Amino acid sequence: MKWFRRPSNTPLWKDEFSVFTADERYVNRRQFTKFLTLTSLAMFAGNVWILLRSWFHKQPQFPLQAVARLDEIGVGGSKVFSYPTAQDPCILVRTAEDSYVAYSQKCTHLSCAVYYSRELNQLACPCHNGYFALADGAVLQGPPRRPLPRVVLEQKGGELVALRVETGGRA
Amino acid sequence: MNQHPPQNRGLTAIDGAMFLIVILLIVQIWLLSASLEAYLAGHSEAALPGAIISGVIFLVCAGLYIFVDRIDSSVRRE
Repeated sequence: MKWFRRPSNTPLWKDEFSVFTADERYVNRRQFTKFLTLTSLAMFAGNVWILLRSWFHKQPQFPLQAVARLDEIGVGGSKVFSYPTAQDPCILVRTAEDSYVAYSQKCTHLSCAVYYSRELNQLACPCHNGYFALADGAVLQGPPRRPLPRVVLEQKGGELVALRVETGGRA
Repeated sequence: MNQHPPQNRGLTAIDGAMFLIVILLIVQIWLLSASLEAYLAGHSEAALPGAIISGVIFLVCAGLYIFVDRIDSSVRRE
């Protein structure tokens, strides 16, 4: 950062590579401070990137998609499907005779596939023992800090139809 | 009377500035992590204050770097 320096006749290389041992402590400290300041700039750039992403976030288009027939799975059963694209695995659980819930199958920690644990009546991530509530996808235990994105379902005829995916306060 | 040898002058100030920058960096890393978590959880309203505070912290760090640089150049020029 030559432009920070006062006007000097000393060449820049002499500032960066001092021939005097006593000056080494200053050079090392200054260069380490420069490294820390550039790291701070990188952190700031990351925050700006998040800001720009939030400003220019496009609302995704969610197709209406039949995910299962009503009688396809029994109470306490589950089914894996993809929504809204083939790269987005989701899990559907029949919690009662007339009650179904569906969530993204990607754990919000490191995207491992969660599964339905009938014994615990929870969604479990086997990678790091993360557990999510079946009722709302909230984190119950483990390293995940965000709830599972919820797939909004509607019963149409004899089928369950996925309408959209809700992530926290955002569809 | 200055008890420090001439080549040690300014080192304490530089060390203090470096320590302050490290503290600010820890805060900034936490801020970035919290902003990212909030964004991924669908709460994008936290992004703007996060970016503003992070920018202010960076400016403070840059100011401290200029301070260190000035001390370095003034001490070594003598």
